[in-house]
Amino acid sequence: MIRFENVTVTYEGSAAPTVRDVDLTVPEGELVLLVGPSGVGKSTLLGAVSGLVPHFTGGTLRGRVTVGGRDTRTHRPRELADLVGTVGQDPSAHFVTDVVEDELAYGMESLGLAPEVMRRRVEETLDLLGLADLRDRPLATLSGGQRQRVAIGSVLTPHPKVLVLDEPTSALDPAAAEEVLAVLQRLVHDLGTTVLMAEHRLERVVQYADRVVLLREPGAPPVAGAPAEVMRVSPVHPPVVALSRLAGWDPPALTVREARRLAGPLRERLASRTPDPGAADGPPVPAGTVPPARSAPGAARVRRTGPGRSWWPFGRAGGGRPAPGDTAPDTARTAPDAAGTAPDAARVDGLVVTRGRVEALRGVTLGVRPGEAVALMGRNGAGKSTLLGALVGMVAPTSGRVLVAGRTPHRTPPAELVREVGLVPQEPRDLLYADTVAAECAAADADAGAGPGACRALVARLLPGVPHDTHPRDLSEGERLALALAVVLTGRPGLLLLDEPTRGLDYAAKARLVRVLRRLAAEGHAIVMATHDVELAAELAHRVVVLADGEVVADGPTHEVVVSSPAFAPQVAKVLAPQPWLTVAQVEAAL
Amino acid sequence: MRLRAPEAHRSNAVHAGAWWLWALGLAVAASRTTNPLLLGLVVGVAGYVVAARRTDAPWARSYGAFLKLGLAVLVVRVLFSTLLGSPLPGTHVLVTLPEVPLPEWARGVRIGGRVTAEQLVFALYDGAKLAAMLVCVGAANALADPARLLKSLPGALYEAGVAVVVAMTFAPNLVADVARLRTARRLRGRPTGGVRAVLGIGLPVLEGALERSVAVAASMDARGYGRTAAVPPAVRHTTTALTLGGLLGVCAGTYGLLAVEGAGYGVPLLAGGVLAALAGLWLGGRRTPRTRYRPDRWGPRTWLVAGSGIAVAALVVWASAGPAGEALRPGVTPLEAPRLPLPPALAVLVGLLPAFVAPVPKDR
Repeated sequence: MIRFENVTVTYEGSAAPTVRDVDLTVPEGELVLLVGPSGVGKSTLLGAVSGLVPHFTGGTLRGRVTVGGRDTRTHRPRELADLVGTVGQDPSAHFVTDVVEDELAYGMESLGLAPEVMRRRVEETLDLLGLADLRDRPLATLSGGQRQRVAIGSVLTPHPKVLVLDEPTSALDPAAAEEVLAVLQRLVHDLGTTVLMAEHRLERVVQYADRVVLLREPGAPPVAGAPAEVMRVSPVHPPVVALSRLAGWDPPALTVREARRLAGPLRERLASRTPDPGAADGPPVPAGTVPPARSAPGAARVRRTGPGRSWWPFGRAGGGRPAPGDTAPDTARTAPDAAGTAPDAARVDGLVVTRGRVEALRGVTLGVRPGEAVALMGRNGAGKSTLLGALVGMVAPTSGRVLVAGRTPHRTPPAELVREVGLVPQEPRDLLYADTVAAECAAADADAGAGPGACRALVARLLPGVPHDTHPRDLSEGERLALALAVVLTGRPGLLLLDEPTRGLDYAAKARLVRVLRRLAAEGHAIVMATHDVELAAELAHRVVVLADGEVVADGPTHEVVVSSPAFAPQVAKVLAPQPWLTVAQVEAAL
Repeated sequence: MRLRAPEAHRSNAVHAGAWWLWALGLAVAASRTTNPLLLGLVVGVAGYVVAARRTDAPWARSYGAFLKLGLAVLVVRVLFSTLLGSPLPGTHVLVTLPEVPLPEWARGVRIGGRVTAEQLVFALYDGAKLAAMLVCVGAANALADPARLLKSLPGALYEAGVAVVVAMTFAPNLVADVARLRTARRLRGRPTGGVRAVLGIGLPVLEGALERSVAVAASMDARGYGRTAAVPPAVRHTTTALTLGGLLGVCAGTYGLLAVEGAGYGVPLLAGGVLAALAGLWLGGRRTPRTRYRPDRWGPRTWLVAGSGIAVAALVVWASAGPAGEALRPGVTPLEAPRLPLPPALAVLVGLLPAFVAPVPKDR
C-alpha cells in the first residue's frame, strides 16, 4: 500500500539528510508502528506518506514514495486526500472549522461527497469514536483527549485507505488512549485500513502492531520485523520488554498477558523478597541532610522510611524532634488542625474552584511535604491542571484555602512567588522567550533575583553538552523541558509543579527526567506532577492522588493506589501482581 | 402546547441570515426615530430576545461588548457636543465653559462656550439612536453563528468563506495564546501588565500565530482543500466572460443611475449586470467539487424570525412617514417631554416574536 524506495530527505539548511536510503513496504491492512528515539526522522517519514514532505515543508526528497499506486512526487497532498488521512502531533493545529460536527464533515465536503453519504458517515463516526454527546460543541471547549478523537474522526470520515498518525495517544489518559487504540484496531481488522503510526508510549501500542519499524539513529536504515523480533534489539522498549530481558525470556513478552504466563518462576524467586522502598519511592534521603531548597520556615526534614510507607516527617514546626503518636501513616494527610503550622510545603484545604457553572474542583484537601513527590492522576478534565494552577496562584479559589510555604499564592506578587513555587507548564516553550540558552539563563537569574550564574549552573547540570548559543526552539522536546525546568528552579522554589512532563519524550529523555526529579526530591523539593504516565508515577512518585470530577478519590502511597487499579497500574505491577513490585529497577535490585 | 418552541438542534436552527434580517430590521426602525422612549423599547426588545435565545458559544458573549460600545458612543457624542458647541439655537443655558480663542481662519469652529440644555438633549437623542443601532448589530452577532452565515455563501465564494472562518477562529486562539503567555510570564515572576509585558508577549504570540497558520494550511491541504474539478474550457471561458461582463454592467448601470442624462439605460444595465454576475458565480461554482454538509434551511420558524424584523422596519418607516411621524422625532426647540406614540411602539414589539418562536438553546 505504501512503498518507500530509496528515500532520502534533506531539509533546507541542514547538513545531513534527516532520513537516508529508506526502503520500506507497508502492505495493505497492516498496522505498522514506527519507533525510535526523538529526532530520528519518524515525523519526516510520516509526512512523506501524505505528501506534506516535501510539498509543504520544503526540502529535497530523493527516491520515490508511492501510496496506493500514486506517486507523491506528481500528486500534491490535496490529491491524496481521499487516500491518506493524517493526524499530526497537535490536534488543535489540525482543525479548520469550529464545531465538532462540521470538523468531521470538512474533509468530505472538500472531496465533494453527496450530502446523504456525509450525513451517514458523520453519524457513524460520532458513534465509533464516542463523540455523539459533543457533536454541537465548539472545538475550543474540548479537552485534549476529546480533541484527539475529533481529529482522528475528521480524517476517518472520507474513508481513507491509509491512516497516518503521529503520536496519537501521547496527550491522552490511559482510558482515552485505549479507546483510541480500540478504534484503530477496529479500523484495521474490520475495514482493512492500513495504519502507519509513530508513538513514544510503546507500552500502550506495541501489542497492537502487526509490524514494527525501528529507526535507531538519524540516517540509519530502518529495521522492520515482527514486534517481538524488533523489541529484542530495540533501544526503546516498554517496561514489559525490559522485564523480559531481565528475566531472560526470549522472545520478549509484549503484553502483560504473555508476561504473566512466563512470570511464574520469577514471581517465585521474588516471593521471599520485598521491594526496596528506596527504589520504590525514589532514592532514600539521608536523615538529617539539610536540603538547599527553600521551604516553609521550620519545615521538618528528618524522616524515616519503612516498608510500604511513604516519607513521613517526624517533626513539627520548629524542630526535628520526633513527635509522639506519629505512627499512623494517614493522619497527616487528613489532619486539618495542622494547617498553617504543619511542615507542609503546600497545603490545600477544602478547595473549590468554579468556572462559569462548572465546578472544576470540589472540596479538595491535600498536603505535600518537602521532599515528597506526588503524582496527580485522573482522566482528562478531572481538575489536575486546575489544582496545579491554584497552587501556583493562577487560579483563585472560589472557596477553601491554598497555602504554599505559608503564603496564599494568588495574593502573592509573582516576583516573590517564584521563590516559593515553580510550575513547568504542559508546553515548556511558553516559558522561554530569549534567543539563546545563555540569554534565557541571564533573564531567569534576573527574574528570580538569584545571583548571576545560578541558572547557568542548573543548565549545566540538567542539560549537559548543549551549547549556550543554541536557540531554545532548536532543542529537542526533552532538552526544552530541561531548560524550562532549570529556569523554574533558578528561584529555588520549595514546591515544584509539573504538568504532563513526559508528553512527547522518548524513553531516554524520560529516564533522564526521572533521575533529575529524584535528585531534586532528595534535595528537599516537594514535587507535584499531573500526569497520565503510569510508568512515570511508578518510577518517581511517593504518593499518588487520583482526581475524578474535581474530587480526590484516592490518596495514598504509590504502590497501594496503583497496584489495585486496572487503569493506573504500571506494567510490572500487572505482571507481578499481587506482589507489590512497580518498576523494573526494583526487580533488578532485588534479584 | 404544540406551538411551544422546540429545543434547538442543528436541523431546526434558525438561519443565521434570518437573525441578521431581524436585527437589521430593528436597526432600520431605530434609525427612523430619535424618540428616547422608542429607542429604549428597541434596545429592550433586542436585549430580551438575546437573553431568551442566545447560546453559550463564544460569539454569544459579544452582546455585552456591544452594549458597552453603545454607551461609549452616547457619552462621546454628548461630550463632543458639550466641548464643541452646537449651531442649535437654545435658550436654556446650563453652563458657560471658558472659550478657547481661535484664529480668524478657524471661524465657525468653537471650543468651549455656552452649553444649552437643548443642544445636550439633541446630542443625547442622536447618540441614543446610534447606540440603539449598534446594540441591534450586537444582538445579531450574539444570536447568529458567524461561521454558518459564511457557509451560506455561493459555491464559488466558498473558499473565501473558509479563509474568513479560519481567520475568525484565529482571534480566540490569539486571545488564548496571550492568556497562556501572560500566565507563563507570571510563572517566571514577571509583571503581567505594562508596556514591557505587552512587548515581551507580542513576539511569541505572533510567532505562535504564524506557526499555527502554517499548521492549519498543511492540514487543509492534506484534507483536500483547493481540489478542483475538471471543467471544459468552454464553460471556463463563459464563466470569465459572464463575471467580467456582469461587473462591467453593474458599474455602467450604477453610473447611469447617478448621472443626470443616463437614467433611461441605468436600470436595465444594472439589472442585466447583476444577473450576468450571478450566473458567472453559479457557473464558477462548478469548478469546485465541494458539497455542503447540512446547510441551514429556511423553515417556518426562520421565516417568522426574519419576517418579524422586516415587519418592524416596514411599520416604523410607514409610521414615520405618516401623519403621526412627528412623535418619532420629539422637538428640542422648544424643549418638550417625549411622548410614546402607540402605533410605532406596538410595531417595535413585533420584534419580540423570535423570543417565542425560535428554538430554545439546549442548556436553558
